[in-house]
Amino acid sequence: MSDNNVEKDDFTGVETTGHEWDGIKELNNPAPRWWLIVLLLCILWAVGYWVVYPAWPTLSGDGERGGTQGRMGWTQYSQLKESQAEIVARRAAYLDRFNAASFEEIEADDTLYAFAVAGGASAFKDNCATCHGTGGSGSAGYPNLLDDDWLWGGDVDTIHETIRVGVRGEHDETRFSEMPAFGDMLNTKEISDISDYVLSFTNGSGYAGPGKDLFEQQCSACHGMDGKGIRDFGAPNLADAIWFYGGTKGDIMSQIRRPKHGVMPSWAARLDESTIRQLAIYVHSLGGGE
Amino acid sequence: MSDSAAPIKLFEKKERIFPKRVWGKYRKIKWAVMVTTLAIYYLAPFLRWDRGPHAPDQAILIDMPARRAYFFFIEIWPQEVYYLTGILILAAVALFFVTSLFGRVWCGYACPQTVWTDLFVWVERIVQGDRAARMKLKKAPWSVGKLWKMAVTHSLWLLIGLLTGGAWVFYFNDAPTLIDHIIHLDVPMSVLGWIIALTFSTYLMAGFAREQVCMYMCPYSRFQSAMFDKDTLIITYDEDRGEKRGKHKKGESWEGRGHCVDCTACVQVCPMGIDIRDGLQMECIACGLCVDACNNIMDKVELPRGLIRYDTTHNQDQRRAGEIEKTVQTHLLRPRTFWYLTILSVVGVVMLFSLVNRAPVELHVLHDRNPLFVPLSDGTVRNGYNVKVLNKSYEDKYFRLRIEGLDGAVVRAQGAGDVQIDHLHVFADSVGHFRVFVTAPKQSKARENFRFIIEEVVPEGTEVGEQAVYDSHFASRSQ
Repeated sequence: MSDNNVEKDDFTGVETTGHEWDGIKELNNPAPRWWLIVLLLCILWAVGYWVVYPAWPTLSGDGERGGTQGRMGWTQYSQLKESQAEIVARRAAYLDRFNAASFEEIEADDTLYAFAVAGGASAFKDNCATCHGTGGSGSAGYPNLLDDDWLWGGDVDTIHETIRVGVRGEHDETRFSEMPAFGDMLNTKEISDISDYVLSFTNGSGYAGPGKDLFEQQCSACHGMDGKGIRDFGAPNLADAIWFYGGTKGDIMSQIRRPKHGVMPSWAARLDESTIRQLAIYVHSLGGGE
Repeated sequence: MSDSAAPIKLFEKKERIFPKRVWGKYRKIKWAVMVTTLAIYYLAPFLRWDRGPHAPDQAILIDMPARRAYFFFIEIWPQEVYYLTGILILAAVALFFVTSLFGRVWCGYACPQTVWTDLFVWVERIVQGDRAARMKLKKAPWSVGKLWKMAVTHSLWLLIGLLTGGAWVFYFNDAPTLIDHIIHLDVPMSVLGWIIALTFSTYLMAGFAREQVCMYMCPYSRFQSAMFDKDTLIITYDEDRGEKRGKHKKGESWEGRGHCVDCTACVQVCPMGIDIRDGLQMECIACGLCVDACNNIMDKVELPRGLIRYDTTHNQDQRRAGEIEKTVQTHLLRPRTFWYLTILSVVGVVMLFSLVNRAPVELHVLHDRNPLFVPLSDGTVRNGYNVKVLNKSYEDKYFRLRIEGLDGAVVRAQGAGDVQIDHLHVFADSVGHFRVFVTAPKQSKARENFRFIIEEVVPEGTEVGEQAVYDSHFASRSQ
């Protein structure tokens, strides 16, 4: 076989490329013409794409987030904005009616109620679930919003107000209460006696020691003579089965000695009024609403 | 360089088949089946079936947005899709059954691929002429006449395709309304997309792919041969009588030769392009057109019909052994057909039973997971449930919800307005969603089982209404 003569494969009759690996020769079967044309068309398409759409990163960052901008001005950000605007527009149909209606009217109207609960659920997951849990059941120090024990009141108006101004928050009218640190005023024996008396509201021990007098002197101003709490002060009910910071004697003593106080931000500055109203209806619907 | 042999061909170019026109018994049956099946396909969406004011009145409708399927008196909800499974099983076993008795008659007569191909070949013949004319036209150089004939053929094919795709969408929409929209060119993209897709797939499959669909694409044609046995009716060429084949001139003696005059009429009419005289072949769709063609020739040469015919290999063997004369004997009841028939009946009866006993009311209860339970201030515990009441009837109904098996429990519903558990409103043909709270003292078990019961509220003195139950549980402490 001479060099100027192209070698042909015996079996298929196809030219070889002259490449050989371990005795295996490569046949010269070029890609089909149609395939090549498709490839070239794809390259052309890509060039067109670069012109029309954002494609190449640039150092100057002249696009919305850096990169070439594309003649059409389309970006994923603008698309996101568009679809968000679409949602807002779709909600607007209900929102006007919702904003104009009172809580009573909303709770009597299937559509508005469903709208409020759905919107409230979504806002709750975004803003409230961090502390109150995704199901709203709270945890130690963070109130359970599903039960029937409310610090400041559980009707929809009160819930709305609490969300709006917060608790010990930055709002001028924020709900505020502070239990004094009795560790500075009472000794351990006295605190222990008061704890025994507080526990006797629910455990049926019939406690009749000095703790009763101490409670009535020190605690009843806020928690009431019967220990059932006073919502105007945000003072918890001590005569029920729900304990905010734990219900063992140790928990109670430590709360008397050096009380913990949670903070809930006021949402008026962060959320619009309509969202706060939706949240109030949602929280009210969770089962504990009064 | 060695002396290279001719390169082997790895790809065989497909030769186009030009089936010749034929008359006869089986051709008549094929026409009749074509007219019937096409009529069903095109007209069925326009049949009406009254279901009252709350449901569509189209007899056959798959309503995707509302998630309902209607077939005359049957209505299927998405969770009842097992009926579809049942129909598919029935269809498959029916195919097995028919195939084991009569061979691939489904392929030859009723399969949409066959019906539409037949229709397209008919159009081709009307415009371009019969087999010889079509073959000549294909070879002829391009001329105004050829262009015109081709254009007319393809336009008609596309038109049939358009009608095919057009009819398909009627099964998914209210047909009279949609036809109005189509006339005014006001159709949604989804409808338009389906029409276009089915127009072109029909054009492609029946105009070009034709027999190749049966040979290379269709799985059913392959596994149907597994249903064959020696008593299955297949298209046979009577070799004993036909051979030795050869041309025959009028008046010549038939002594010392077979009855086949080698006219190739059977080959020319075959839509699959095979020679049935080579015996049963993978391609054969049992359409019987070669039987018609051969019978016509036999009539001409004044020989008995049936040189090519529907017959069984069992019969052939018996004839060869001299056990029977010419009569075609079919053993219809055989273990194979018996079992297919049994499966068919069992599945059919089960489906009929479940359809007749389809509950018009269903209850589904989902226990809350987050949180599992809520401790209340008086020491009791509350659990939340999402309750769904399915009203499959065509009337609005009221239901009473109660529970059984949970001591000291109080049930209430939460929702817009004044939702009362003994007066839950569920619209006709829809699902009522209710938020339900059950409050009860702490139970001894962390997870106490109990039952929700829903009863239709009926006027006093009338029959007891529909009832449905759902077993759920009450959680009162962590596990």
